[in-house]
Amino acid sequence: MLGTRHALPLVLTLAHALPLSAQVEMRPAEPVRFNRDVRPILSNSCYRCHGPDAGSRKAGLRLDVRDDAIARRDSGAAIVPGDAARSLLIQRVAHADLDERMPPHDKADALTNVEIETLRRWIDEGARWQAHWSLEPLVSPAIPDVENASFVRNPVDRFLARRLDAVGMEPSAQADPRTLIRRLHVDLIGMPPPPERVRAFVADPSDALYESIVDDLLASTQHAERLTVYWLDLVRYGDSSGIHGDQPISMSPYRDWVIDAFHENMPFDRFTRDQLAGDLLPNATLQQRVASGYNRLNMKTAEGGAQEAEYLAKYAADRVRTTATVWLGATLGCAECHDHKFDPFTARDFYRMAAFFADLDHKGYYADAHRTGNWGPKVGVPTDAQAEELAERRAVADRLDQELNTDSPERARTRKAWETQTLQHLAEQRPPVLGQWRKIGPFRAKGHRAAFDTAFGPEAPDGTDPSRPIRSLRWEEKPEWRDGAIHRLHGDNSATYLYREVESSVEQNAQLSLGSDDAIKLWVNGESVLDKFVARGVQPGQEKPEIHLRRGRNTLLMKITNGGGGYGFYFELGDSGPPEPIVAILKTNESERTDEQRRTIREHYRQHAPELTELRRRLAAAERSLTDLEKTVTTTLVSRTRDEPRLTRVLHRGDWQDESGDVVQPGVPACLPGAGDFDTSRRTRLDLANWIVRNDNPLPARVMVNRLWKLCFGRGLSPILDDLGAQGERPEQLALMEWLASEFRRDWNVRRLLRLIVTSGAYRQSSEVSARARERDPENRLFARQNRFRFDAEFVRDQALAVSGLLDPTVGGPSVKPYQPAGYWAELNFPKRRWVADPGDAQYRRGLYTHWQRTFLHPSLRAFDAPSREECTAERPRSNTPLQALALLNDPTYVEAARVLAARTLAEDGEFETRLVCMFDRVLQRVPRADEVATLRHLFDAQHARYAEDPTAATAVSTVGQAARPTVDPTEHAAWTAVARALLNLHEAITRY
Amino acid sequence: MRDPQPKTSVEQRRAFLKAAATAGAGAMLPGPLAATSHGYRVGNARAKRVIHLCMAGGMSHLESFDHKPELRRMHGQPMPESFTKGQPIAQLQGKRLTCLAPQFGFARHGDSGQEISDAFPFMARIADDICIVRSMQTEQINHDPAHTFFNTGTSISGRPSMGSWLLHAIGSECSDLPGYVVLTSVGRGGQSQPIAARQWHSGFLPSNLQGVQLQSIGPAVHYVSPPPGVGMTDQRALLDAIAELNRGFAGSVDDPEIAARVQQYELAYRMQTSVPELTDFTDESERTLEMYGTRGGDGSYASNCLMARRLAERGVRFIQLYHRGWDHHSGIQRGFSIAAKEVDRATTALVLDLEQRGLLDDTLIVFGGEFGRTPMAQGNGRDHHIRAFSTWLCGGGIRGGITHGATDELGYYAVEDVVHVHDLHATMLHLFGIDHEKLTHRYRGRDFRLTDVAGHVVRALLA
Repeated sequence: MLGTRHALPLVLTLAHALPLSAQVEMRPAEPVRFNRDVRPILSNSCYRCHGPDAGSRKAGLRLDVRDDAIARRDSGAAIVPGDAARSLLIQRVAHADLDERMPPHDKADALTNVEIETLRRWIDEGARWQAHWSLEPLVSPAIPDVENASFVRNPVDRFLARRLDAVGMEPSAQADPRTLIRRLHVDLIGMPPPPERVRAFVADPSDALYESIVDDLLASTQHAERLTVYWLDLVRYGDSSGIHGDQPISMSPYRDWVIDAFHENMPFDRFTRDQLAGDLLPNATLQQRVASGYNRLNMKTAEGGAQEAEYLAKYAADRVRTTATVWLGATLGCAECHDHKFDPFTARDFYRMAAFFADLDHKGYYADAHRTGNWGPKVGVPTDAQAEELAERRAVADRLDQELNTDSPERARTRKAWETQTLQHLAEQRPPVLGQWRKIGPFRAKGHRAAFDTAFGPEAPDGTDPSRPIRSLRWEEKPEWRDGAIHRLHGDNSATYLYREVESSVEQNAQLSLGSDDAIKLWVNGESVLDKFVARGVQPGQEKPEIHLRRGRNTLLMKITNGGGGYGFYFELGDSGPPEPIVAILKTNESERTDEQRRTIREHYRQHAPELTELRRRLAAAERSLTDLEKTVTTTLVSRTRDEPRLTRVLHRGDWQDESGDVVQPGVPACLPGAGDFDTSRRTRLDLANWIVRNDNPLPARVMVNRLWKLCFGRGLSPILDDLGAQGERPEQLALMEWLASEFRRDWNVRRLLRLIVTSGAYRQSSEVSARARERDPENRLFARQNRFRFDAEFVRDQALAVSGLLDPTVGGPSVKPYQPAGYWAELNFPKRRWVADPGDAQYRRGLYTHWQRTFLHPSLRAFDAPSREECTAERPRSNTPLQALALLNDPTYVEAARVLAARTLAEDGEFETRLVCMFDRVLQRVPRADEVATLRHLFDAQHARYAEDPTAATAVSTVGQAARPTVDPTEHAAWTAVARALLNLHEAITRY
Repeated sequence: MRDPQPKTSVEQRRAFLKAAATAGAGAMLPGPLAATSHGYRVGNARAKRVIHLCMAGGMSHLESFDHKPELRRMHGQPMPESFTKGQPIAQLQGKRLTCLAPQFGFARHGDSGQEISDAFPFMARIADDICIVRSMQTEQINHDPAHTFFNTGTSISGRPSMGSWLLHAIGSECSDLPGYVVLTSVGRGGQSQPIAARQWHSGFLPSNLQGVQLQSIGPAVHYVSPPPGVGMTDQRALLDAIAELNRGFAGSVDDPEIAARVQQYELAYRMQTSVPELTDFTDESERTLEMYGTRGGDGSYASNCLMARRLAERGVRFIQLYHRGWDHHSGIQRGFSIAAKEVDRATTALVLDLEQRGLLDDTLIVFGGEFGRTPMAQGNGRDHHIRAFSTWLCGGGIRGGITHGATDELGYYAVEDVVHVHDLHATMLHLFGIDHEKLTHRYRGRDFRLTDVAGHVVRALLA
């Protein structure tokens, strides 16, 4: 291996054996450049032991900082600028003795001759360092002049062509109009174009029409949805908690906020600020708070026994990894356990970044969330219709409330009468006497329902005999239980019985005020009075049964049952007259009452006067109708600041139990501009957001430009989308990247940037690969052609629904459930769940709205490489597997799309070929070739003959799915369904060229 | 398979097939792909496949393979604080800690005299075949992260599982089934902890290396059955048409992905035949069914064991069974005996069946949970425990009839010959002739490996 590498000459003819940069740039005349030529060598072969990480540094030598590398040491200097021969670095990498040679032969491959020669020349030329390219200040390069009028449409092309010219290459010809317009639609809206638009553009492939189509697409909601798909991968959006029970968590308003933001072309700096710190903005709007849900998208656990501190550390690390990847394209996550091996990030940088999020009000372990659905701070986000209805119901409730609480002269008169009557009543009344409580329980059961339904014994005629134990439990006296207060009980999934006697000197009715957590039953003198199965917290007055007391001794038995969590009850004998303080006021002469006393009486009257019962009932009903509606409003988790930020320490080797590390304050990586500003007072997430989009931060614009370019070319200008650091790749079209990033940073206008890209000549190039291009630039790093690639998972679905006409274009709302194989969720528990496919239009929504179950993502999406979104994902793999074939062939979604498309085709007049042309037009936006017609004719005839003999099978295949089936001949329909399935399964149908 | 009539010229077809051969390789039939590192194959492979029998929920070592008479003596007494101070504890945090006696008797079995709990009367018969490791340790104390750690060597999600690593390194031997197959079953004797699909994910390795779960309800592989009203003949006709159209298109566009897609459709078609054949147990003899104690196809652990043998016969590289019945926080006596009954007979049958078919020599079997359980009582059960647990290995290159490592007198710490999960991984790879330090994959600029930065081959376990 080594031998052959040594044999390679410096000036290369075996071009394909080496990376492109070496092929096209290592010209003896041109000086060696650190970032382009040297840094990759040092980073790959030396920095692991001689780089930024102090922990793993060998011999105290670092080669990433010039001063260290040229410092004189005992044995000489590693690098002597201008003199390679005297530089120890060169001596060691080229050493003949294997044991002396660097890097150590058991750690890494030896350097190639070309690499050694590059280092040698660089040192001889003075060993000039540069900061890593992506950390250098962003400076807009001058737009070069190029002579290539047929290619150049805008400055993008001038940069591209200049660079291609420098390496002796040329851009490709423009793609044909049909391919171009299909590509444009797939890239910008995630769906193929309507056939009539393709025909129009083929007829008039002018720049004017092209640009007007671009503008229409960029302004569409479908475009916003398309961008949102990518953003959701980055911010790891899911509809479930992602750990253990993977319970559902409502977050769709955040997703809809992203769609809206892209649709209104929100500037990227505001987009950034609202997500990281929307809640901290002055007078934050509901939408800004929703956006701050970004900070709450991390996976969360409700697994019993989870350690609070451990999970807080996990979530903090996840926030740092995600935020650094999304906005900085930096693998800061590597610095969780040690200083970064390749980039100038320290472990301290990592924990200082984590400290920005220490203000968040959230938990590590969400105890009971699997039952309560309580995952921390959230807000309700009503739809427009709901907001209107809520306002209406609120107005009704307000009006009734006002009516009840306004003191008219008429009201004063009736109140006076009530006072007189009440005093008179009191004089005559003989209130019942309540005995002391006794209690038995808790009786355990398998679940709450069983606890409620099971008669454990006290219900029996002699069940309240205090001397008789029940199931080895005994009745206990509870003299300390006073009425009119909440008392606590204990035990999950259990029942407790309470018993007391009531003496009444007359036969009379009395009203009770009861409360229970959770459910309650009540018997008076052995008769059931109340039986209510409910899960709730306890409040006074939740139940107000009227009971009948006979003269003498009465018995009262209450059963309170609990599912889990809090457990308790409330008891008060009501309406046998006003409470003592009220009586006292009533007995005071009106003129002698204090203002406070007057208010109290007025309030008591409103709440108790019989003549106001109807008004109170209406108010209660109005309030209930308001809360009922509020409960249907979709909620979303948001950021909220806690009183004191949590303490953030540097965790040695990431160990959450190690408390010996330094306490750190929020701060940004020390190697980046403006880091010094964070050393004074405690800074917030808002400061972080403002720093990210600061004019001198070179990273976010580069990162975002790279990713938007990727959406339009299938790969980034720098191909590693999540790492613009030392181990990423320097863009071959660096000047173009720098110019685009500078343009973007001017106004953070996403739409303008995308428009620049898709209207360029570069974008419009053909994706055909010439033999020469394949040899010169197999990975297309120079973009001398377009790329071809399969649709992303969601868009595979969208196109089938779109071309069949099934697609429901509704934008936003809670996630939906398309067909999914039965039993796929069998592994889920706490609680067990069943996937129920949505009926009606909800079945045909775009893939982006599919319920995103992180641990069990929909199998069709998963087959096409949709990420689970447990972690930030900057780039999806694009695999090609039999599971994809099975999904497209047999998933009912695609079979239904085929049979609906078949029915649409059947509705057209004409012979086989006319109809086939129509189907091709819808799916592929082109006409079939003769051989394709013949193949499908053959398939159609054979299937037609087969289904004519088997009408049952014909009906079966033409009724797959929920969509209504038009009255068409089942045999014809089934045979056309086979043809439609063939088309929807074509590689061409799910690929953009 | 019928030969489709090519519409393109002979030359084009030849070129196409050539391209298909290159492009298709590795999609479902992963050969040894170009991992970033080379030279990780350093020794002779002793094993050709793995069957991992995961007793999910955390099988108690104290009721299975680690006999602790002292714990029996200490029953009901406080757990000495010297053991527990400063240790992570799951649900017993802040509770009073008392010792709980082993709930089953132990006896010595076989010529080797290995100690096995009375809860496993069948396994006693294979005492001389298995190598019991009593000194396992892991780092994660809750189910979800502990499974992730056991499968990927880290608790951070997004890393490849061991099955994916193995496929990545040496490919699959099976042409019409996935190389990594997962089966799960539910137990009746403990709460069925959920298992996330990330446990068999390929992480940053290509997605064709991920495990494919065979479903116990409905068709075994998602979408493997043709739609209603479509027979296999219809499906074949459709596939022929699709292949012809794709080939025709490949004639006009130079795109190797098209050839790959045609290959994947062919493989999909074969799976539509091979999967139903795989799940049809009618060719099993009465004797075999009796031995496993199942009629097959009922989603039980026993049925999955029988399926594991069928998969092993067909050359599947990594077979993983999860039995979700071992989380015994309370009522461990009853819960454990139920779970043990569910797995004892079929596990034993699997070992003996593989042996009689000559497959045991190159099949590595791993039996155990994601962690162990505390010597301390949690009511009448035990909490999660990571400082010690038991696992046994058998078959491909393993020295049977030995017990390796030991815990302290109460079974709290592994104190002798500790085998960390990383060490187990290193040893497993070693049995495939792979150096765990050299099997690396570069991702985000770092060379990752299954054993992270740790792991030693435990030579004492090797035959």
